[in-house]
This record gives sequence, C-alpha cells and structure tokens, in this order.
Amino acid sequence: MAKHETPLLDQLETGQWPSFVTDIKREAESRAKNERNIEYQIPADVCEDLLGVLELSFKHGRTHWKHGGIVGVFGYGGGVIGRYCDQPEQFPGVAHFHTMRVSQPAGKFYTTKYLESICDLWERRGSGITNMHGSTGDIIFLGTTTPQLEEVFYELSHNLNQDLGGSGSNLRTPSDCVGQARCEFACFDTQALCHDLTNEYQDELHRPAFPYKFKFKFDGCPNCCVASIARSDLSFIGLWRDEIRIDQEAVKAYVGGEIPPNGGAHAGRDWGAFDIQKEVIGLCPTECMRYENGKLEINNKECNHCMHCINAMPRALRVGEDRGCAMLAGAKAPILDGAQMGTLIVPFIKVEPPYTEIKETVIEPIWDWWMEEGKNRERLGELMKRQGLQRLLEVTGFAPDARMVQEPRTNPYIFWKEDEVDGGWERDINEFRKHHQR
Amino acid sequence: MEYEEAKQKILDGLTKKLKSKSKFYFNDLSKIMGVKPREAKKVVNKMVEEGLLEYWSSGSTSMYGMPGTGKQAAAEHED
Ligand code: HEM
Ligand code: HEM
Ligand code: SF4
Ligand code: SF4
Repeated sequence: MAKHETPLLDQLETGQWPSFVTDIKREAESRAKNERNIEYQIPADVCEDLLGVLELSFKHGRTHWKHGGIVGVFGYGGGVIGRYCDQPEQFPGVAHFHTMRVSQPAGKFYTTKYLESICDLWERRGSGITNMHGSTGDIIFLGTTTPQLEEVFYELSHNLNQDLGGSGSNLRTPSDCVGQARCEFACFDTQALCHDLTNEYQDELHRPAFPYKFKFKFDGCPNCCVASIARSDLSFIGLWRDEIRIDQEAVKAYVGGEIPPNGGAHAGRDWGAFDIQKEVIGLCPTECMRYENGKLEINNKECNHCMHCINAMPRALRVGEDRGCAMLAGAKAPILDGAQMGTLIVPFIKVEPPYTEIKETVIEPIWDWWMEEGKNRERLGELMKRQGLQRLLEVTGFAPDARMVQEPRTNPYIFWKEDEVDGGWERDINEFRKHHQR
Repeated sequence: MEYEEAKQKILDGLTKKLKSKSKFYFNDLSKIMGVKPREAKKVVNKMVEEGLLEYWSSGSTSMYGMPGTGKQAAAEHED
C-alpha cells in the first residue's frame, strides 16, 4: 500500500509515454523493501512523500516548495540548490529536498563501475532519484537533507575523484558533444577544450561573482549536437576554413545507389532512389554546388558550413583540413528578456592547447566587461543588446566583420567617437576665427 | 585596499542595511568596497572562508549575506 493516495498522479501513468511517476513509485518500493540492507541516511519514505506533496500541489493548484536557501558545501557557492517543502509535518521525508549538481565528465563517458558507485552513494545518502543529465549537462542528484550535503561531497571528492557542478550566478559546468572520440565531423577536440576550461576556471565555477549564470558549450561541428548556439552564453562551434574534401568515386557510389545516403538513417521506409540533384545540390542553402558529367563541384567560398551535404553523403564528403572553431556569444532562454540565439563574434579561431588565445582574447575580456557593466541578473546576451555589439567589439578588440551582420541595420544613426575622427573634438579657436566671424 | 579595511567596509555596509535587506548581490558588495569585481572577489572569497559571509542561492541566482541574518534562515530554523 502506498503511503499517500495519489489518484491525480496515477492518471499520468496511463499515457503512452514513460512516466516519472512510475519511476518514482518503483524507487519508493525498492526503498521500502531494502533488499540490499542499505543504511539509509535520509528517510526511507522520501519517495512516497515526494509523490504525496506533488499530489497535494495538483489538488491545490499551487506549489508546496519554498524557493532557494542557504545550503551548500563549505567554500562552494554553487552546486547545491536548496529546496524545502512548506508542508514538513505532513511530508517529513521531503522537509529538505536539496538538489546536488555533479560535474559530468567531458563527452559523458562513464564506466559501469562509476555509475554503480554514484547510484550506491545516492541511494544511501539521498533519495536515490537522479536525472541523467540535467538541462545544464550535469549529473543531477535530486533530494537530500542538509546534513548529508557535506557527506556526499566528501565521498564524491575523496572516493570518486568527482567534483560538484555549477549553479547560481556562476560559470556553469561546461558541456560538450562527444567530439573526436566518436565523430568524424568534429573539427576540434571538444572534450579536451571542455575539460581544460573546466579546470582553468574552477574559481568561476564554484565561487559566484558574476551578475548571473554563464554557460560554455562546445560543438565539434555546425550540426550542433549540444545546441551550443541556442543554449550557451559562449558557444564554440567547430568548422573549417579551407575546402570540403570530395571523394568523387564515393559520390558516384551514392548516385548509383551502392551507399545509402545519410548513413542509412532513413532506412525505415522506402523513399525511392537517391536523387543527388534534389536531395543535396538543390538543398544547399547557398547554391554553391553542382553535379555535372559525374563530377561534384563545390564553390567553397560561398559555402556557409551548414553540414547538409556532408550529412547526406558522409563517405564522399569530409570537413576540410584547416580546422578550428567559430565563437558566438549571448544565447539564452526566455527567462527575463526574450530568447536569443548566439551572435557571431569570432568567425574563426584555431583551437590548440593551451588555448591561450581563446582565454586571453575572448573569454576574459568578455567576462571583465560583463562583470563591470552587467546589471544584477542580466545575461551576457542582454548586456550585448543593451550596449550594442559595437561595445563588445571594443572590449575584445575584434575587428568588425561582415559575417557578424545578421540583417540590414535598423538604426540609421551613426555616432562617431572622438578617437574615430581626425583631429578629435578639440578645436583651436584662433584658427577657427580666422575663417569665421563672431 | 587592504583586506581588513575592505572587510570592515562590507560588515558596516551590510549591518547598516540590515533593517531592510539581508541578502545582497555580488555587485552590491563591489560597490560598497568601491573596487572592481575581480578585486572584490578576492575579499569576498576570503570572508566566506572566514565565515563572515555566506551564500544564498535560488538555484539560478546567487546572493550573499551575513550568517544568521534574514528571513530564510529564520524560516529554516538555522538561526
Ligand atoms: C514555477 C516554479 C518553478 C520555476 C519557474 C523554476 C525555474 C527553474 C529554472 C529557471 C531553473 C534553471 C536554473 C538554472 O540553471 O539557472 C530550474 C532548475 C531546477 N529547478 Fe526549478 N523551478 C520551479 C520549481 C521547482 C521545484 C518545485 C523544484 C523542486 C522541488 C525545482 C527544482 C529544480 C531543480 C532540481 C533544478 C535543476 C535542474 C537541472 O539542472 O536539470 N524547481 N528551475
Ligand atoms: C553637416 C551638416 C549638417 C548636419 C550633420 C545636419 C543634420 C541634421 C539633422 C540630424 C537633422 C534632423 C534633426 C531631427 O529632425 O531630429 C537636420 C534637420 C534640418 N537641417 Fe540640418 N544638418 C546639416 C546642415 C544643415 C544646413 C547647412 C542647413 C541649412 C542651411 C540645415 C537645415 C536643416 C533644416 C531646415 C532641418 C529641418 C528639416 C525638417 O525638419 O524637415 N542643415 N539636420
Ligand atoms: S556536433 Fe558535430 S562533431 Fe559534435 S557530435 Fe555532433 S555531428 Fe559530431
Ligand atoms: S555545407 Fe551546406 S552550404 Fe556548404 S556546400 Fe554543403 S550544403 Fe552547401
């Protein structure tokens, strides 16, 4: 028998999709049975009380969680999100139900042993409920009590060589696509850069001094598997600046139907014979390709690296050899101001350890500007809107570039600065009076 | 600015505002000290280490306060 009746939640289980209610019930049952004799450090019925308080919220049409709190592990301003229930007598198991963000490894590579260890830890010292992975990219541990926070952190850091992730007005845990470990499209080693910047900027990750959150995300190519262009304040997108490599024999094999297009991804249904004209050439957004007399040609100067042709014929087309990344700034979700995509600020930069150019000419000047000028809870993208791209170019010292222009300007005015004008604003009044009467 | 001087400025500043406010943004602290954020951060980190300031977090936003002050602490019986 469940501890609380949950008719409203039960109804959620009747849909065709997997249900979090079912998952939590399963964990509640396993905790009640406790077949492995785990010494639970927080109430064994935490999951039942979690379902109970949610049911009550559905009934009342309002939440029974308070917001925020003074919780954390010593010296860390992030990584723990305090959550307290406002009905602790009725649901003592979730009186405290804090979240811990655990920094996921670059590329999210795990051993089963590691996964077992973190699950065991969280079963013992937390609710047993995890979220793999949270919206920021971290491993999310959902629900524990205040006294357990230091204990969990101690075990993570001493036994599992594992750090907490970021939350609050901090650098958030950087996150990346799988990159060169498994993907032939990757134009730089996303994991190496992600790992390096995570280590380099530990202080920014753990000790909040930013106006608001700040995210780095790394995509090895413009396919953008981690959607860095939409989800990070500073987005790194791999690309090449020379030419797409073409294997003409393989192109012919695609045309002849010997190799299935898109790596066979559309095999679920018969789409008819592959038509290179219609499916590749005709869909190139910059119309820079042609296929004539059995030969594929690309006018690489016009190519905007959309990846379409490469995705369609990966055996025939490969990214170029002169590789690096583009950097975009200011993407964000619609919390305070509207949603925004990243704005291109570095059209191309080489990605080579120790990444000094990226750190010293891009990241740090941008942070200095935002830390000084950003209002409380203002994301970088909002500051860019408020003060203008021109200001960002000034603080970083980047030269304006036509590729940064998204649309014709809507502001007809140009205000010159003194140092942009020959002679500046000062004039010699005597010289002036020689030509103009009073 | 010397650490001791900066520290005193913050403690005085926060105590003075205590009637109306118990939680402060990082920027508020830099302004009280009158220094740039990078320099302010060193002082604030040290004050947290010494237990003179503590973090408050909503999950998305971080703030600072003096330990034991403010509604949140009282509500959670952490005074
Ligand atoms: C209307 C109510 C709520 C709103 C508007 C809200 C909003 C948000 C936002 C904006 C974030 C992202 C924070 C960031 O990373 O900067 C977040 C994360 C989170 N919130 Fe809430 N929240 C609400 C209710 C709750 C409740 C009731 C709980 C739990 C008791 C909760 C637990 C969490 C957790 C665990 C995360 C981190 C999730 C992850 O990283 O994947 N939230 N919430
Ligand atoms: C480089 C020199 C000049 C500049 C930069 C300049 C700039 C401007 C600007 C910006 C306005 C629009 C103001 C507004 O509506 O907010 C304006 C309006 C006007 N200017 Fe000039 N101006 C210049 C020379 C002149 C000269 C030499 C004359 C006449 C001898 C003149 C006569 C006018 C008049 C009459 C208007 C009002 C037009 C209307 O409202 O339809 N301007 N000017
Ligand atoms: S973003 Fe590009 S490089 Fe990274 S995994 Fe996706 S396709 Fe591969
Ligand atoms: S990557 Fe996109 S823009 Fe470039 S040639 Fe291929 S289809 Fe055209």
